[in-house]
Amino acid sequence: MTAALKLVDLTVSYDRHPAVHHLSTEIPAAEMTAIVGPNGAGKSSLLKALVGLAPRVEGRIECSARRIAYLPQQAEIDRSFPISVLDTVLLGRWSRFGAFGKAAKVDVHDAQHAIEAVGLSGFERRPIDTLSVGQFQRVLFARLLLQDADLVLLDEPFAAIDAKTVGDLMELIRRWRSEKRTVVAVLHDLDQVRHDFPNSLLLARELVDSGPTARVLSPENLLRARAMAEAWDDQAGACEMPLSSSVIPSGAKRSRGTSSSRVA
Amino acid sequence: MYDFLIAPFVDFGFMKRALVASLCLSVGGSSIGVFLILRRMSLMGDALAHALLPGAALGFLLGGLSLPAMSLGGFLAGITTALVSGAIARFTSMREDASFAAAYLTALALGVLIVSLRGSAVDLMNILFGAILAVDDQAMFLVAGTTTVTLVGLAAIYRPLVVECFNPGFLAAMGVKGALYHYLFLGLAVLNMVAAFQALGTLMALGLMLLPAVASSFWAREVWSMTAIAAPMAFLSAAIGLLISFHAGLPSGPVIVLMASLCFLGSLLFGSRASVRARLSHPVHLRG
Repeated sequence: MTAALKLVDLTVSYDRHPAVHHLSTEIPAAEMTAIVGPNGAGKSSLLKALVGLAPRVEGRIECSARRIAYLPQQAEIDRSFPISVLDTVLLGRWSRFGAFGKAAKVDVHDAQHAIEAVGLSGFERRPIDTLSVGQFQRVLFARLLLQDADLVLLDEPFAAIDAKTVGDLMELIRRWRSEKRTVVAVLHDLDQVRHDFPNSLLLARELVDSGPTARVLSPENLLRARAMAEAWDDQAGACEMPLSSSVIPSGAKRSRGTSSSRVA
Repeated sequence: MYDFLIAPFVDFGFMKRALVASLCLSVGGSSIGVFLILRRMSLMGDALAHALLPGAALGFLLGGLSLPAMSLGGFLAGITTALVSGAIARFTSMREDASFAAAYLTALALGVLIVSLRGSAVDLMNILFGAILAVDDQAMFLVAGTTTVTLVGLAAIYRPLVVECFNPGFLAAMGVKGALYHYLFLGLAVLNMVAAFQALGTLMALGLMLLPAVASSFWAREVWSMTAIAAPMAFLSAAIGLLISFHAGLPSGPVIVLMASLCFLGSLLFGSRASVRARLSHPVHLRG
């Protein structure tokens, strides 16, 4: 098993309080991994750290992925902004045309294909503020399709989404796996995780367990995770655990494993 | 009719220049205004405009009623305010609107104090409320130059700016520094305020930028169509305002801004979307 991601002693903190604490684990390549844990367990912070959006990250992230695509929680997007579905999806090709280049015909063509693939044909010109939550999630998935990334990070992709849409989007995720892409998703529906995700990472600020889902999501582990997540100590002193590696300043390019990769 | 509508602009050089200046302000300013609204920064923009005052006043103190000195001073003060309040918001947990408010109140008080050190009440009135009829060739070139820089600049940073507005996380994940475009945009906004304050004064510099932009949001729902509606609306307000102030002998700045307010009011009442009319009319709902 090769690892797509290797985390070494990773700590992500806000206002000095760690959201993810001394996490060391590996996430297998070309596999579907669910990140599970109670609210406040640091799941979103972990994904944010992986794409360089967390304010303060210590420890080491080794990533063999060439391109990373990231689906944020919907709340982080201004859905009232006047922009069309097609333009939103086209952003997936940012790595190609950047801030100033022109979108090629093939990009527009691919975007239309992606919109079709998520079942929104005919919606190209619609402004995004006319879409339902489920439809907008399909738009974001179309954008992910266009990003053509080998590591796809999904932050609660199915929050407030109906069963039909979840089914359709799961179909896309499974297709990514068959295309040897690595998928990491933050999820809350344990039944779904057990059913669809062979690999899991149970997080409660610190690692509870990671590995095959059947083992990780045992009742004992889940109980332990809940107990661990509830401890936020205002009076907490400085953490005395030594850092095994250098501090990564936020925003700096992180060292990545095998190739010089960049987020796409 | 000719005497009322056209003759003032033909016969009087200062009316001609005022018309050209307001055309430039309308085109450049309204596109800035649309983005200010979309970034939910309309009030912060206003605060920024007030913050020009101490800089302009300092320029006035050193150079008298000289346009370059006051403009440069205003521009520097605006940029400093934007950077300082942005930095305060980033380094502390204070929200950006609060830090803007704190910065502009400080700046406004400082500005009034500086003007009062040397100037008369008339000078203060000029800086606060502007004098578009006193626009000379120099001021006109400043305004026209600002508009050129604004349009070219906005076109250049359009894409990152739009993405930074609606999905900043995506931009960051692409490795693009969204803050850079935010500050470039603020720079353009300050430039437009400097150009506008000669004509409309620091208190109302934003009138021609924001009011038409807000009004346009009752008619259109894309960035380009909002701008396409806001710019002519701004120009029309300025032209009509100039005529009224000319014929009735009223101060031009407030009249122009009030004309823009009328556009806003009309759009609020009769606009095609989200307006009072749209709210009160109950069209039959569609089948699907």
